[in-house]
Amino acid sequence: MADVTAATEAHSDAGGTGEHHTSMGLSNNKMGMWALIGSECLFFGALISTYLMYLDRTNGGPGPEIFDIPFTSVSTFILLMSSLSMVLALAAIQEGDMRKFRTWTLGTALLGSTFLAGQFYEFTVFVAEGMKLDTSPFSSAFFVLTSFHGFHVAFGILMLVSLWAMSLSGRVKPVVHAPLVENIGLYWHFVDIVWIVIFTVVYLIPAG
Amino acid sequence: MTAIAEKPSTGGSLFRRPRATTGPASWFTTVDHKKIGILYFFTAMFFFLVGGLEALLIRIHLAGPNSSVLTYDQYNQLFTMHGLTMIFFVVMPLGSAFMNYLLPLQIGARDVAFPRLNGFSYWVFLAAGIFTYSSLFLGGMPDGGWFGYAPLSLLGGDPIGQTVGTAGAEMSRMIFYSIGLQIAGIASLASAINFIVTTFNMRAPGMTLLRMPVFTWMTLVVAFLLLFALPIIGVALWQLMFDGAFGANFFRPSAGGDPILWQHMFWLFGHPEVYILILPAFGIVSEVLPTFSRKPLFGYTAVVFSGIAIGFMGWGVWAHHMFAVGLGPVANAAFGLTTMFIAVPTGIKIFNWMGTMWGGKLRFPTPMLFAIGLVSLFTIGGLSGVTHGVVPHDYQQTDTYYVVAHFHYVLFGGALMGFFSGAYYWFPKVTGKFMNDKLGKLHFWIFFVGMNLTFGPMHIVGLNGMPRRTATYPEGMGWELMNRIETAGALLLAVGVLVYLYNLATSLRGPKTAGADPWDARTLEWLTSSPPPAHNFDEIPIVQERDEAWFRKYGSTHEGEPEKVPAGASQDHRHEPGQDHAADVPAEAAEPDPAHHEPVGESGGHAAIHMPDPSWYPLIVAAGMPIGGWGVIFDSTILIALGGLVIFGGIAGWVLEPSAEETH
Repeated sequence: MADVTAATEAHSDAGGTGEHHTSMGLSNNKMGMWALIGSECLFFGALISTYLMYLDRTNGGPGPEIFDIPFTSVSTFILLMSSLSMVLALAAIQEGDMRKFRTWTLGTALLGSTFLAGQFYEFTVFVAEGMKLDTSPFSSAFFVLTSFHGFHVAFGILMLVSLWAMSLSGRVKPVVHAPLVENIGLYWHFVDIVWIVIFTVVYLIPAG
Repeated sequence: MTAIAEKPSTGGSLFRRPRATTGPASWFTTVDHKKIGILYFFTAMFFFLVGGLEALLIRIHLAGPNSSVLTYDQYNQLFTMHGLTMIFFVVMPLGSAFMNYLLPLQIGARDVAFPRLNGFSYWVFLAAGIFTYSSLFLGGMPDGGWFGYAPLSLLGGDPIGQTVGTAGAEMSRMIFYSIGLQIAGIASLASAINFIVTTFNMRAPGMTLLRMPVFTWMTLVVAFLLLFALPIIGVALWQLMFDGAFGANFFRPSAGGDPILWQHMFWLFGHPEVYILILPAFGIVSEVLPTFSRKPLFGYTAVVFSGIAIGFMGWGVWAHHMFAVGLGPVANAAFGLTTMFIAVPTGIKIFNWMGTMWGGKLRFPTPMLFAIGLVSLFTIGGLSGVTHGVVPHDYQQTDTYYVVAHFHYVLFGGALMGFFSGAYYWFPKVTGKFMNDKLGKLHFWIFFVGMNLTFGPMHIVGLNGMPRRTATYPEGMGWELMNRIETAGALLLAVGVLVYLYNLATSLRGPKTAGADPWDARTLEWLTSSPPPAHNFDEIPIVQERDEAWFRKYGSTHEGEPEKVPAGASQDHRHEPGQDHAADVPAEAAEPDPAHHEPVGESGGHAAIHMPDPSWYPLIVAAGMPIGGWGVIFDSTILIALGGLVIFGGIAGWVLEPSAEETH
């Protein structure tokens, strides 16, 4: 099957498993995801730096004291638990147990959605209390940072739901597509880790 | 067994992949890195003409004092778009053109790691260009400089005559800038990831990192610079857009925002960007000079590691763009020192190139002339760059034409000379034909003289205090003569461009006489035919040397002189057991996968190498981006939603498209 070998060599972005011989022994898809994550670190780093710079520029509007730490702690906990269910989903597809895989994948998406709902609720509360995007540099930095993170969570949910749907139609197959799930898991865990940093730096330290 | 004959019929009609690899439609769906490279090259050349025309208009306007050829408004738009065009739509895509075409060939791969993502990069880049230039018809082009300093970039006219956004924020032409560059950034980020993975993962057996050609190395360094620099400018551009379109307060001093933040973020991207522009050209001359000196590159490892050093140090010098801002003596001194330090790795490269030529059997066809042009002209620009590192001196130069002279010497005399060198050098590889060498030399000398006439006098008027970015200058400052010379030089450059275009057009219709290795060159791309087949190599080469193609042609006499290897003895018979080289070859190379050999048969077995199928989805996803951008400009939720829909629909199609693996 020379043709297949050549095709896989030149064609690993086709949504396939991406598991084949490479110079570094790491699949192309996984290395690409790590590169993207490296880039994203600087993206969030720049947003977080902006926020820290503008911590006290509130224009007389609300500052960090507006944060509801117990509420955000709960939603942080929910997001962290989604990382656990992501790991369980990966373990399930590696073992070939698709029923378990679908449960955990959908569970991860649901936990992520709960987190997003919490963020949406939090935003409406802040706006009601007089902190809008245009209130102050502080509010601009807060909203832009947290909504970019929210957008990343939403994109992750979209990928997870697609995984779930594609496993129903048989496009995502047990074991062979475990590397694909692992890759999406990498993204998901990264988004979680970013939230841990945001929760600590944006919420806990300034409010405490 | 022949994959092309039994193409799959899987997938619904919506997701069936296009098959044609020739004809006009194939250019819209191509995922072949060589075709994408060619697309990049000609698109960049088109923008080069546009940016050049803008420069000509500026120079004609500045030929005399108190000029009224252009209005101030037009002048601001032209100098802004000249900079944006040349940086983001000419030099960066020219780099991409060479990287796309050469990277897989130089490492012995059949394509890049993610072929569709590669097509996506090109279409997104084109979409960014179209979007940015659409401003011309929507109320005026960006007019706040390529650096887009906030809050200046938040002022200015509303392009479509209405106040939009929350809190009555004034829409500015610079929103075209922020969204256009954002889109261009997505293109570059995608190629950066693609090139990093390709370089690390797709190398031919035996192609260790320190056997890679220097151009491949520079591609890798540039890809890392892009990977880490783009998100920073991305954030800044988003913030500018939120300020301009949605009333946020990142950079408005009146609302507590800090304009210095923009400058830091812009230049933290902007200085690595300088190396993103120049390193591909450094890579090109590091290929051209050894070939025409008939010597290996002098100090290969020094060139590679100084390139890596530039990649690291490039992150620590950004504030030298901001000496006059008032960051304080400690910051200024520190960044002045790092600015001088970064000249060291660059100087190492210059000396290595001279060492390469020293004692070589020099030949001087057009690519060699342009390469030497880079070495000499870039050195002038590099030296004036070091003078910026002297902070008190920089206070005098900042915002004058001295700075304009400096960066045109490094970008025109450096990057563009390098790219033209590459354009002449690899033209036979891409087309199988030669460029006319006489016209090429004429092009070089016109460029060399024209460039020094245009930018040389700018040093002098700059030191005499002529401010840059200013639409006109008064009489009696002693600047008239110099400005007239500069304008004459610019017109000469225009003639040089015409010579090049004429040469390109006629050479493209010439006979295919080049053969696989017209220059007696050293790297892997010269082992395959010109132009290369879609799958690049019939048989993936097994690499045992740094200049593999050279060592397949030449052995070495006892005196170290190259000696022609007898025909037929070179190619595939060098890894017999017992030879010294055998130890260097990795296990899998010593026993090559039989699959690699199978395609080569007497029946022209190319058909058995299945290359990735073309796809429409990269183009579709890319098309969604400017639609969403216009949505922000027109404050139209419908357009934004439509753009988002096209993007997500395209991604869905992309994911569901049957893959090559699944169809077998």
